[in-house]
Amino acid sequence: MLSQFLQFLFSGITVGATYALAALGFTLIYNASNVINFAQGEFIMLGGMLAFFFMQSGLPLPLALLLAIAIPALVGILLEKLAIEPARDAEVVTLIIITIGASLVIRGLIQIWLGKGAHSYPAFSGSEPIQIGGATLLPQSLWVLGTTALVVVALWYFFSRTLAGKAILATSCNRQAAELVGINTQWVLLVSFALSAALGAIGGVLLTPITLTSYDVGIMLGLKGFVAAVVGGLGSGLGAVVGGLLVGIIEAMAAGYISSAYKDAIPFILILFILFFMPRGLFGAQVTERV
Amino acid sequence: MKSLKRHYALMILGAVLLLLPLVLPNNYYYDIAIRMAINAIIVLGLNLLIGFAGQISLGHAGFVGIGAYASAILPTYFGWHPILAMAAGSAIASAIAAIVARPIFRLKGHYLAMATLGLGMIIAMVIKNEGTYTGGPDGMSVAALGLMGFEISGEKQWYWVLAATLVFSFWAARNLIDSPFGRALRALHGSEVASQVMGVDVVRYKVAIFVLSAFFASLMGSVTAHYIGFVTPNIADFFHSIELVTMVVIGGMASIYGSLIGAVLLTALPQALSTFEGWETVAFGSILMLSMIFMPKGLVPTLAARFRRNERDDL
Repeated sequence: MLSQFLQFLFSGITVGATYALAALGFTLIYNASNVINFAQGEFIMLGGMLAFFFMQSGLPLPLALLLAIAIPALVGILLEKLAIEPARDAEVVTLIIITIGASLVIRGLIQIWLGKGAHSYPAFSGSEPIQIGGATLLPQSLWVLGTTALVVVALWYFFSRTLAGKAILATSCNRQAAELVGINTQWVLLVSFALSAALGAIGGVLLTPITLTSYDVGIMLGLKGFVAAVVGGLGSGLGAVVGGLLVGIIEAMAAGYISSAYKDAIPFILILFILFFMPRGLFGAQVTERV
Repeated sequence: MKSLKRHYALMILGAVLLLLPLVLPNNYYYDIAIRMAINAIIVLGLNLLIGFAGQISLGHAGFVGIGAYASAILPTYFGWHPILAMAAGSAIASAIAAIVARPIFRLKGHYLAMATLGLGMIIAMVIKNEGTYTGGPDGMSVAALGLMGFEISGEKQWYWVLAATLVFSFWAARNLIDSPFGRALRALHGSEVASQVMGVDVVRYKVAIFVLSAFFASLMGSVTAHYIGFVTPNIADFFHSIELVTMVVIGGMASIYGSLIGAVLLTALPQALSTFEGWETVAFGSILMLSMIFMPKGLVPTLAARFRRNERDDL
């Protein structure tokens, strides 16, 4: 009984950590530019697929991982520079379609380059499961959780202790005011896209040894990351992390105890319920609309 | 004068539809024309919601799926008459839209996008998972659409049915937009608070237009199912929802004929791209991005603005 519960909890937290990283990516871009980046899921896919490719071509693990995170970050910068910036003042729907177009391009290119098959690579430090209370925990899960925790702490430090981080926060509060005090908001946008792409890629790189990857995993992972970001309340960093873990755990529990066929539907049912009762998510700010 | 001018476009549309069969060389082109008409009607309804009322729906394919599967399941398993099944599908889709609309339309912007996306995903997954009735991912076949002993079959008959429906829909939409209801919708898009102050029951209008667009989407889902004679869960999936929204935006938000142009272009595009062999997705994505970057307001409004500018230059 308990062992089963623990088992579901472990797998939920592991996947949830990836959702949390994706949700943080959504939050970063949303805060900096008010854009919901529907290509966020493709960065997760890119991370996993590129790591697979570089390892297969014989690069040592650390270098392969580094490249698999750096290249998506570059793609993020390109996305911002070439597609988002020229359409700055467009409506929400228009921007959503631009990012969806970008996700199709990324997905299509990877499909042509690396094929339609599912890929994986060995876990970073063995695959001997650890026994805890009758449940098993994969060492790779510890990598996922540890890295996510590290990233969250690093982000917290970046946003609350460094000038660059504070500049980004200021821009998300009020773009015009930020420009007036001399913050280069152009630069803020670029950094946000690069950072958010890198976060997604980190998630993909870490999760792939557990769940496999293929050119089309980005859609679902991205949408669930979006769910996680909204569960927590768009724009809240803490909300994104809590939302990600919550979505992961509830999904794993529901799949285990209720119906595995509806596993992918659970996050969406959850989000409808939450939005019905809390229209701004769990941690969303109460704002009064100015007329 | 203005009322006559108002109907010019409608008359042109009717004439084009009448003359089109003269130039359509074979059934393949009829097929594309039919799909364009079906999409145009769905997109018209969606444009009322997105363009005129200013509300996003990223889950509209879910409603199309409800109609399609109602027309597939009810006659096959329960012996319903197809017309009755079609009505039932539209009623179910409208009911679902009406039930979720009130809580959903308290939401704004991205939260609304999320909620409608979630709704669409759930409908799609129910269709995919309830294999006993829906045939699961493989889909199921659909009975022919008969009415009083007459059965619609073949591309040519379907063409005329849809051509008539298309003209009727555009006429109805035009009238709706010029009615007090339409003015209220546009006011709502302009400023919700201002229209509320003027006495517009904002929520009621949003719900009404959402239900109306769900009704049309479901109806056209049924038509698609009968026309093709087969349905698969793809008709309800996220990508189809995105396609529909893209048609609205590329044609032009809040432009009736933009809906038509958007549907025509995006239905033809995959056919045109099929020669790219493997590069279709990349090409499709690039075209989406480029057209949105260079014409964020959509084709028809952008061209209309240019025309107007030229006219002024002439004077």
